[in-house]
Amino acid sequence: MKFVLGLLVFLAVFAATPAPAQDDPFVGLASENFDDVSAAIAALALSGNPQAAPTINALQNDALFAAPDGAILIQTDDGFLDARTSQKVADVDQDDLNPVRVNNSVRRAIDAALGSLNLFSASATARAKAAGEVFISHDPAALPALARALAVEKDAAVRSVMEQARAAARLADPTTSEPDMLAAIAVVRARGDLDARNLLASLANQPPAVTAAAAAALAAIDRSEQLWSLAQSVFYGLSLGSVLLLAAAGLAITFGVMGVINMAHGEMVMLGAYTTFVVQQAIPPAMSGWSLPLAVPLAFLVSGAVGIAIERCMIRFLYGRPLETLLATWGLSLVLQQAVRSGFGASNRQVGTPDWMSGAAQWGGLTITWNRLTIIIFAVVVVAALMAALRYTSLGLRMRAVTQNRRMAAAMGIRTPWIDALTFGLGSGVAGIAGVALSQIDNVSPNLGQGYIIDSFMVVVFGGVGNLWGTVVSAFTLGIVNKFLEPFAGAVLGKIFVLVLLILFIQRKPRGLFPLKGRAVES
Amino acid sequence: MNRVSVALCVLIVVGGAFLLAALNLGTAPGSPFHVPPYVVSLVGKYLCYAILALAVDLVWGFAGILSLGHAAFFALGGYAMGMYLMRQIGTRGVYANPVLPDFMVFLNWKALPWYWHGFDNPMFASLMVVLVPGVLALLFGWLAFRSRVSGVYLSIITQALTYALLLAFFRNDMGFGGNNGLTDFKEMFSFPLQAEATRDGLLIASAIALAVSLLAAYGIVTSRFGKVLIAVRDAESRTRFIGYRPEQYKLWVWVVSAIMAGIGGALYVPQVGIINPSEFSPANSIEAVIWVAVGGRGTLIGAVLGAVLVSAGKTWLTGALPEVWLFALGALFIFVTLFLPTGILGVLRRRTRAPVSVPAPEPAE
Repeated sequence: MKFVLGLLVFLAVFAATPAPAQDDPFVGLASENFDDVSAAIAALALSGNPQAAPTINALQNDALFAAPDGAILIQTDDGFLDARTSQKVADVDQDDLNPVRVNNSVRRAIDAALGSLNLFSASATARAKAAGEVFISHDPAALPALARALAVEKDAAVRSVMEQARAAARLADPTTSEPDMLAAIAVVRARGDLDARNLLASLANQPPAVTAAAAAALAAIDRSEQLWSLAQSVFYGLSLGSVLLLAAAGLAITFGVMGVINMAHGEMVMLGAYTTFVVQQAIPPAMSGWSLPLAVPLAFLVSGAVGIAIERCMIRFLYGRPLETLLATWGLSLVLQQAVRSGFGASNRQVGTPDWMSGAAQWGGLTITWNRLTIIIFAVVVVAALMAALRYTSLGLRMRAVTQNRRMAAAMGIRTPWIDALTFGLGSGVAGIAGVALSQIDNVSPNLGQGYIIDSFMVVVFGGVGNLWGTVVSAFTLGIVNKFLEPFAGAVLGKIFVLVLLILFIQRKPRGLFPLKGRAVES
Repeated sequence: MNRVSVALCVLIVVGGAFLLAALNLGTAPGSPFHVPPYVVSLVGKYLCYAILALAVDLVWGFAGILSLGHAAFFALGGYAMGMYLMRQIGTRGVYANPVLPDFMVFLNWKALPWYWHGFDNPMFASLMVVLVPGVLALLFGWLAFRSRVSGVYLSIITQALTYALLLAFFRNDMGFGGNNGLTDFKEMFSFPLQAEATRDGLLIASAIALAVSLLAAYGIVTSRFGKVLIAVRDAESRTRFIGYRPEQYKLWVWVVSAIMAGIGGALYVPQVGIINPSEFSPANSIEAVIWVAVGGRGTLIGAVLGAVLVSAGKTWLTGALPEVWLFALGALFIFVTLFLPTGILGVLRRRTRAPVSVPAPEPAE
């Protein structure tokens, strides 16, 4: 049945094409008349002849010649081939041949022909791509080819793209009947992307029923477009939130739990990013997919060790003097920045993205890049691990004991100074892990950490000091609010707006979203 | 800190400025006593920094408010002055537009934004130098102190404030010259800015402004108001329970300090010839805090001393060994907080006399 239908369409097309191409489309190619050549190209493309593609390709490359005896020859590197048979032709004198000439209208015909030829390609992706191109061009001339392609198409996904393309081409065809128009609008509406919207918006001079259907379809597309862009904003917000969460998680330990204002926290993040860079330089290229999993524990160790050193050499002398701690750690951050600048240079370092993290997935109107998704998942895993470590390990138990009641803990035999150092090391190590993730989306430069320090403090303070859950909620809230403000206010103004909102919020609730209950009068 | 040492400091600052100016104008360039004009501008710049340091010391040393955003007030005063200087350029700009500054012509703006009106008048501009930082400080302080935001939280939101302003002033749409800021000034109060006499005048003006600020700050901290401030610094809750309203005391000293910083910024801009958003960067504010810490917190004179010494050190080091400057500054932060908690002045005092009232370390959390 399908075959018969295809044959009918095939014949109908042939009946419509001009005379020279009636039986042998190759004849028309030899014509001096550009219109005949164009017609011949179209006919050839529809003929299903296996030689159609190489012939038209040759024409596109100016390698097609007409011999005086009516033969059409394709010039190759080693001689000429007969276009009809692809047999090698010997003894051709190039002086006898006339090149098949092209002008702009012929070139258009070539492009259209190649497009519809791909509809019959062996590869499904090529067929889908060709159908997609027809959708964009929505040229009614492609209708016959589409019909033939649809008749033989087996792949459901490709079929649906082809149906969309046919609908688009029908919409552009003034001879389409009204019921067909309505059906086509329904198909295009179901597609629902920006191209479909443009196509529907360009419809003009239609019967009232068609115009109304097009307007309704436009409104529906706009609605779903809005929903998708909302979803996209949420995704971007989650992504930004996960970055903030990673940067702030370590700070939630050092500042939130221990009460140490570590202005060098950003530099711990920076050290983690540079560790990633060093790991990528050190491992063989064959193992590059493993560079990040390898960098995570190393960054934790590097930043954690630096953190413990800082605590032992500096911060322990400043407990109970938060403002002095702030100044000293700021000074330390300057030293660390300059040290990295001297060691690695001031310019950005290139950190590669492993293959498994590159690319993106399209899900409806939502684009999800793998690296962003990986970072969201990674952030959640890191915070969950951190919470579990504090909750279930013996070290975590001791950390909580020391921060809740230092003297009592000491009386119970806990070595409080050592626990202080380990807690600070844990917070710094988590910052280092954050650096591994940030190396994927930010420039790895000595200033990397500075950009995150204010944001991190804001996240911790907004969430409520001493409360990891508060930090999680506040990071994602700030991320999403930021991304929702961006379309209205622009990136910079949106950020300023968030900062001002935060300043006002801290005035209202100086202890953050989820304050720890206590009865201390002094801060 | 007593009356004698303050008077001595005022004398040194003002006398020194006059001496430098005289040596610059009165001697020939070849003379061994000649002071080259760049030194005049440099010292003028240090004196403006000293005014900023004094402002920081007033709130940090005597009210216990560690501001990490004081450079914002400094820069706002600077921008108010810069706007006046911009309007004075008139038709001598690159585009020779009599009303619009060059960057606005470049951005294709047709009319002057409303907030630029009036800045061609020096009186109005001077008023704004005081009003803009003052009103911002009043608003911010009223909100912050009323809801008892204090300690580290206050420090962090002051930092957020200056960071937000930094981002805002970077935007071209704000109408303050964006990234490049305001520059290419020609004259001030109809004195050409490039002339040596004008620069000497600015140096003397800065010295007088510093002296007046120092005297005002000294007056404040030794008055009854100042005694309450110190009480707030050392035990805020106790002061409140006695019946004082700490938030009001803090608010007024905060506003005075912001105005002082604004005046410093206004004098700074004509001497360096440019104001751009980087003046808002949090690092600048923190550097101002370290000047105070180096000189001695809560001593006023120490702030002046620290500002001049550290800035001079920066000028020398960034010229001689640019790589080392950040190491040195960072090490200075660490060294001073760990080993020199009372600053240079504190050490000197301990050597010479009985310990004085320098602020005790904050009570533990």
